[in-house]
Amino acid sequence: MAELSVLGKRLPKVNSWAHLTGSAKYADDLFLPRMLYGRLLRSTQAHARITKLDVSRALAHPGVVAIVTGPDMPETIGIMPSVQDETALAIDRVRYVGEPVAAIAAIDEDTAFEAMSLIDVEYDPLPPILTIEDALREDLPKIHEKSRRANIFKEVHLSFGDLDAGFASADHMRDDWFFFEGNTHAPIESHSAVASFEGDGKLTIWTCTQVPHYLHRELEKALGLPRAKIRVVATPSGGGFGGKSDPFAHEFAACLLSMRTKRPVKITLDREEVFYAHRGRHPVKMRIKTGVKQDGEITAVHFQSWLDGGAYSSYGIATTYYTGALMTVTYRIPAYKFDGVRVYTNKPPCGPKRGHGTTQPRYALECQLDKIAVDLGFDALEYRKRILQPANSRTVNELRITSMGLGQCLDELGAKTKYSERHGQLPRGKGVGIAGSAYISGAGLPIYWNEMPHSGATVKLDRGGGVTVYCGTAEIGQGSDNMLASVAAECLGVRPEDVHVVSGDTSLAPVDLGSYSSRVTFMAGNAVKDAAWKLREWLLDAASERLAIPRECLVPADRRITDLRDPEQFVTFDDAVVLAEAKHGTLSAAGSYRPPQGIGGGYKGAGVGPSPAYSFQASVAEVSVDLETGVVTVDRITTAHDCGRALSPANVEGQIEGSAYMGYGEIMGEEQVFRGGLHKKPSLLDYKIPTSLDTPELEAIIVETIDKEGPFGAKEAGEGPLNSVIPAIANAVYDAIGVRFDETPITADKVLAALGKRDNRGMPKDRIGPEGMGDGQEAANAALRRLSFTTEAREKKKANA
Amino acid sequence: MLRLPAFTMERPGTYAEAATLLRAHGAARGDLTRGTPSLPVMLVAGGTDLFPNMKRRQFTPRVLISLGGVADATGIARDKSGLRIQAGTTLTTVASDAQVRERYTALAEAAVLVSTPQLRNMGTIGGNICLDTRCNWYDQSAFWRGAEGFCMKTHPEVVCRVAPSSPRCLAVASADTVPALLALGASVAIQSADGTRTVALADLHQEDGIAHTKIARDEIVVSVTLPDATGWRSTYLKQRDRGSFDFPIVGLAVAVKRDGARVTDARVALTAVASRPQLVADAAKALIGGSLDEAAIAAAADAVHKAARPMDNTSGTISQRKRTARVFAERALRALAA
Repeated sequence: MAELSVLGKRLPKVNSWAHLTGSAKYADDLFLPRMLYGRLLRSTQAHARITKLDVSRALAHPGVVAIVTGPDMPETIGIMPSVQDETALAIDRVRYVGEPVAAIAAIDEDTAFEAMSLIDVEYDPLPPILTIEDALREDLPKIHEKSRRANIFKEVHLSFGDLDAGFASADHMRDDWFFFEGNTHAPIESHSAVASFEGDGKLTIWTCTQVPHYLHRELEKALGLPRAKIRVVATPSGGGFGGKSDPFAHEFAACLLSMRTKRPVKITLDREEVFYAHRGRHPVKMRIKTGVKQDGEITAVHFQSWLDGGAYSSYGIATTYYTGALMTVTYRIPAYKFDGVRVYTNKPPCGPKRGHGTTQPRYALECQLDKIAVDLGFDALEYRKRILQPANSRTVNELRITSMGLGQCLDELGAKTKYSERHGQLPRGKGVGIAGSAYISGAGLPIYWNEMPHSGATVKLDRGGGVTVYCGTAEIGQGSDNMLASVAAECLGVRPEDVHVVSGDTSLAPVDLGSYSSRVTFMAGNAVKDAAWKLREWLLDAASERLAIPRECLVPADRRITDLRDPEQFVTFDDAVVLAEAKHGTLSAAGSYRPPQGIGGGYKGAGVGPSPAYSFQASVAEVSVDLETGVVTVDRITTAHDCGRALSPANVEGQIEGSAYMGYGEIMGEEQVFRGGLHKKPSLLDYKIPTSLDTPELEAIIVETIDKEGPFGAKEAGEGPLNSVIPAIANAVYDAIGVRFDETPITADKVLAALGKRDNRGMPKDRIGPEGMGDGQEAANAALRRLSFTTEAREKKKANA
Repeated sequence: MLRLPAFTMERPGTYAEAATLLRAHGAARGDLTRGTPSLPVMLVAGGTDLFPNMKRRQFTPRVLISLGGVADATGIARDKSGLRIQAGTTLTTVASDAQVRERYTALAEAAVLVSTPQLRNMGTIGGNICLDTRCNWYDQSAFWRGAEGFCMKTHPEVVCRVAPSSPRCLAVASADTVPALLALGASVAIQSADGTRTVALADLHQEDGIAHTKIARDEIVVSVTLPDATGWRSTYLKQRDRGSFDFPIVGLAVAVKRDGARVTDARVALTAVASRPQLVADAAKALIGGSLDEAAIAAAADAVHKAARPMDNTSGTISQRKRTARVFAERALRALAA
């Protein structure tokens, strides 16, 4: 192939202008004539039966136009068809504080807000289940009757290779417990949707979703309206990170309220509601047992995970499998056993957040490898290089690995950061840590079973030389529109800014499954390449005929089709289009992509983990610890990332830096935590996403391995680079103060406790983290006791008054 | 998003008019009531704290009296007794004023650490002095507090959520500028329809999360005066989770007056570790007459540690904040000794 003219160049992002100038129309910026404003009434109870729900007073309130409740949409819905356990609005029972119970449409927001207090709802409280440990108890009430044992949602047990023999042959064993605290996406744009049901019986919803296609399917089910009559338009996104990839109550409610009132209805969540919508990072308790030979070679790994799933399934099946599936792709593991359990609790449902399910176990594994390196006296960077899973191989759990650049990442990182020279050599309080990781470039299987493409695209050329790409992808800021324009431009020999992109619209564009699991560049990129390549052939034929030059000698670039040997010999792109259209008729081509078969195993549960290609990355973190106040400052994070090929280097660097920022926030302070069923910090003041002042110096190193199946060799860049950051920081803190942080987040209080400075009697510790399963239980029960105590005290005070 | 409750707005042109309007709209003379969500009338200056609180229905006044249009409400002027800062002066102006930065360093350092640049452009020094106390059971939406069952700060019939047996509200003093002003010996001019009184800032706040100031509902803070600072050096240290936005979880100001090496006067003030900002008299005592050596610093830090009585109702933890108060006392005093 001739040199690329668009891809790999530092060009402006094509869709940035609207965002930069403020003219981008987010869902909440849409105002339609006669539009009503909706609001959701949410449960004040963590776990209760609804004994009364009477909307008559609210309905009589001046300005209220319609109210819908759970029984109006009785179908179960949910992102994974096999485990749907939600309804659009709660029916008979609520399972977390903040669960939507009813929806009001009124002439303005104030009226909707006022009318909420006029809905009469009464609850019969049930004991809330708030911890993994309590959810595993058989003697507590079930959150979902379908759970066969305790409050277990899903249990997974997989075993590969000879685990016993592996452990028996080990020279050294480690058995470590970890806990990863839950956290949430905190997108700056809160969720918003506008639905409009028209006189022709067709419904359109504009919504900031990551998954227009899956939402389309669920709307059909919940509303009883054929999909042919529904159009989903994904609006410009102010951040998703996985938090907008479920179908949500406000979307269903806006649609039904519009159908009832025949007027457009907008529902925009307030910030607190975004914390209740959640679907964020699962809290996960983990245990890893690893055997190694004296030279560090891993002989066996037994990994166990307990996921706190919250009240509903969301992507929970995939999350559960993902905690185990990708442990094998980075380092050679000849025997591997994985046991995973996801439980229901009375908290907002957890789901996918950037790194979906793999972030927590990767943190645990990379922290443990750091311990093994210390145990055996190895340099942690060199050690990782010695045990790498090779390129073009199969893992023990039968995942196909193609390109694999983790070794190059480690090399580049070592050269850049001088990790090996500095680790263990810095003064007390200063530390440097390293970790590697991996992620999928899209899932091998779709969320619902089918044999159709995962991504489709059409490319249309008009006789004026215009190019339009139609693809159902959701642009969530990750750069998918720019990717589509760039790949089409590369194929056709035009500039990205010449390409119109129509995306995220189920009526106008072919299906793409959505912006999740880092699939879009790989899959939609291949689909649009497939489509554009067909048109390229026609254009080359036309130019070849006109110039009487063999087509092998012709190359399209910069709006010309030029003779490679003589740049004076060319046909302009516009002329080539006219010639081709005269010959073939209207110029339009469709392309699609479906991952190859046989990239994973055939065992039950083999569906989660396979990907057409894996990204690899490694990070070095540099930290300073204030030994007196316990405050940890992360000074710098450097990440080297194998993205196959950087189609847009600036965009890849942006993803690497954004991931580092997000990972930093997750380990240094963000936590989605609860007190007696109530979210402890549902605001951006109390939920501590880092500010620009807190953010470390961030550095991105692009490593290219040119994957043979990726579009022009590309793999993912949006999620993987988060995974290595978190354990790198934990390992750096160990280097700084000799304390292992086997739980997140790392807070000043925990550092002081470890340093023996929390109180006068404090003894230094070398580790902060869980000891096993039971130790979270006491705190939870104490919280419950405290809750009932406050209630009793209040009652007593009332009685005395 | 959350919506403001309905209210009407008055825009007086003078403090005297504002004081008359306060009475006219139902603020009773000398009324020290705080904490109930249905106060009839409230003042608003920058609005950076009041409006979010109103959106969360912590306050639902029927009338707001804006001080934004009051003549001569802003400005910093030097007179023979020291420096007078009009209450409506924004925190940005206070933080960037050359006299404040040079002679009253702690105040400039505190003002620039309040929240974010945008909020400092709106928020005023007077507003910061009157800042409502904070608590993570109280600074929540109406929905959240309703789900919890509210707390005594808004509902007298309910217990304190932080410590159910507590007879008083434990909400936390959270203004950054107040400890700096305390350390600098500030006094405050307060006007009502009856006239103007001057109070030492040290006498203005009290250890009660609800009735946290002795400013009556019909009174207006109009200015704050700092005494002459000749011979004084001061500094403010703030602990918070992030480099912006956050309220203090420990705030410590120190001012020291020296004659040669000898400390002739000192004030150490602490906030965010109790319901009131406080001068730590024992810390000052440990410093006065000495030479700011390590022994004196340690004694002062001990006194600060003892005075810090945080509760579990802000970010961070009790022991972390208590310890940080001590460390900050050491660091601030060492910085001034240098």
